[in-house]
Amino acid sequence: MELISNNLPIVFAGLMAVSILAYVILDGYDLGVGMLMARGDRSERDRMIATIGPFWDANETWLVLGIGLLLVAFPAAHGLILTELYLPVALMLLGLTLRGVAFEFRVKAQMRFQNAWDRAFIGGSLLAALTQGYMLGRYIMGFQAGFWQEAFALAAGFGLAAAYTFVGSTWLIAKTEGELQARAVSWARASLLLTLAGMIAVSLATPLVSPRIFDRWFSFPNIIGLASIPLMTGALFLSLWIFLRRMPRADHSLDLVPFLGAIALFTLGFLGLAYSFYPYIVPEKLTIRAAASATESLWIILLGAVFVLPFIAGYTAFSYYVFRGKARELRYD
Amino acid sequence: MDPILLARIQFGANISFHILFPTITIALGWVLLFFKLRFNATGNEAWMNAYRFWVKVFALSFALGVVSGITMSFQFGTNWPGFMERVGNIAGPLLAYEVLTAFFLEATFLGIMLFGFRRVPGWAHTLATFLVAFGTTMSAFWILVLNSWMHTPAGFEMREGVAHATDWMAIIFNPSMPYRLGHMLLASGLTCAFLVAGLSAWRWLRQDRGEDVRLALRAGIWLAAALIPVQILVGDLHGLNTLEHQPAKVAAMEGNWETRGNVPLVLFAIPNERERRNDYAIEIPNGASLILKHKADGVVPGLNDHIGKHPPVAPVFYAFRIMVGMGMAMLALSWLGAFLIWRKGELPRLIAWGFVAMTFSGWVATLAGWYVTEIGRQPWLVTGVLTTAQAASAVPAGMIGTTLALYLAIYALLMVAYISVLFHLARKAGGAGTTPPPVYSVRLQAAE
Repeated sequence: MELISNNLPIVFAGLMAVSILAYVILDGYDLGVGMLMARGDRSERDRMIATIGPFWDANETWLVLGIGLLLVAFPAAHGLILTELYLPVALMLLGLTLRGVAFEFRVKAQMRFQNAWDRAFIGGSLLAALTQGYMLGRYIMGFQAGFWQEAFALAAGFGLAAAYTFVGSTWLIAKTEGELQARAVSWARASLLLTLAGMIAVSLATPLVSPRIFDRWFSFPNIIGLASIPLMTGALFLSLWIFLRRMPRADHSLDLVPFLGAIALFTLGFLGLAYSFYPYIVPEKLTIRAAASATESLWIILLGAVFVLPFIAGYTAFSYYVFRGKARELRYD
Repeated sequence: MDPILLARIQFGANISFHILFPTITIALGWVLLFFKLRFNATGNEAWMNAYRFWVKVFALSFALGVVSGITMSFQFGTNWPGFMERVGNIAGPLLAYEVLTAFFLEATFLGIMLFGFRRVPGWAHTLATFLVAFGTTMSAFWILVLNSWMHTPAGFEMREGVAHATDWMAIIFNPSMPYRLGHMLLASGLTCAFLVAGLSAWRWLRQDRGEDVRLALRAGIWLAAALIPVQILVGDLHGLNTLEHQPAKVAAMEGNWETRGNVPLVLFAIPNERERRNDYAIEIPNGASLILKHKADGVVPGLNDHIGKHPPVAPVFYAFRIMVGMGMAMLALSWLGAFLIWRKGELPRLIAWGFVAMTFSGWVATLAGWYVTEIGRQPWLVTGVLTTAQAASAVPAGMIGTTLALYLAIYALLMVAYISVLFHLARKAGGAGTTPPPVYSVRLQAAE
């Protein structure tokens, strides 16, 4: 107990990290599918939506939990970060709003507006992905102003959009079949390369921006253990590339593999970033411990979280089980 | 323009837009459960058809509630950073419990409720409907606990300018919570009842008179007629509770400028804040004293006790009258409708049109009620602990103004789309017969 008590801020940083990672993977595939809808015809769009329809709402809730934990456990960091990112946050919310309501409006609205709502869905997904990546870029740059910093943040926006597209296309590979699945495979190959470019850019830029992060990665003997992260990432990229070359397969038993690979890729990238920035919650400005709020309130939340999170995991698994296999058309009856 | 005012308008616009949709879904979830249970008990397909129509309205309203709610979760921090700094130790756990016990539950089982009818056994689908309704109500519970605590804070102590929890039971069951929660849940019930009755009456008037339409129409009218007297009673109790804890708010509601006995009930007036009196007042002698103190010469606290520290009078005064007026209209129409249905089995066309006109009356009353209680709390954000000005952020006015314009534009668009789609769904349901087309695959089938 005392061990936890003394390290409550770290525990909460971990909880927050898990929420954000869950959000990036889960809503990442929703947003990726949303962007890919730009490439589909009308009937393909309907099937693409059918793969994410039962899940997107719960997926997005991880964002609320992540931002909620930041707000609750690290109010000082929350204030700093959201003041810096005021405008991109507003644009992201605009994107998420359009995407979320378009889910419903694209089928319920009058025929003549349905195409417009499809475009709102695609545009909203793209806007949310770009702004989230842009914010990640600004965060990595420690919110410094300047031309190269902005350029990097914009590039990060496209990098994250590519990564979401990748996880979205692997999701489509898992949940569709036939022609659409074949197209998803080609989307996955293209977006895998863009994702690789994005991850390399971030991995090179991060240590260059901060001598502290450079030391963390490249000082001896750290480098020996740490080298495993980029090595594993590289190996994963290569195997995904080779695997995708052999898809689609007549036998559907391995259709989930690329999606699992995408999860591993996101997790490795996230671990790399987390290692770079620990113990800071706002890069070079505010540490996790300094930003944390009072312990007694964190205890109350932790107790609730420890009790409730297994239930959330359980019924989330149940929902994925109910809607397992290839997506069928979505029907209310 | 003043950044604090802009931040308030922005947050107010967002929260006003947001509240409309949970107000529908909280009660509609239970109404859907009722339809489903009736179907389970009777096997009458009409109940299931009613379910299928209203679950679409639920899904649409839920989506709008979710997206505007996410915006709100960010605006807590962007617009009012001082709020979390000062009272985050209390607000934080309450918000966290809302996410953990309500948001995930409703969002996950919504998928099964909407699309799982053929994939899970009947009992599991009914359970999913229950869990969604339960989740929305839990969400209302936690957020109203926090809101009530901000009005009537309890169970905490201030250390170095920061609130620390001392007694969580006192925080959760703070003095105004039971009244506010009851008042809000009933408001949700009424909003949903008039929406169901109004849209069903419209379908009925368009000769769309399937059994499902009749069942939903009756359910809406009976629900409205049953809830409105309870709401008037609970609203009165809530008012008395407010008189005890926030007398300045009640004084503004009543337009009572001086503490004195024999205070009249002001039916209508134009509050004149500069001269501190009411112009063109129409009053019932001793009315306010009778209502609030149950004595003709009962002394009612006035605004003069709170000079410089009371809310702006006019908006609270007007909003209160709009809310009460709407409540009276609800009482008259729902009882008339219930009486006619009971005696004649059917509504005259004129009364049916009355229900169509009152489709969104719950929204008007709910918003007016929220303006009474939230503007009535000013200048405080947390009564006696934190003023709104202290909580405001340092974001420049230009940036708030720009994003405000953006939000207003999108909310206006969504509002028009939402209402027109509700009526479009109602129109389409009539043409489609008893087996509605699949939801996301209308075009899919057409293409194949």
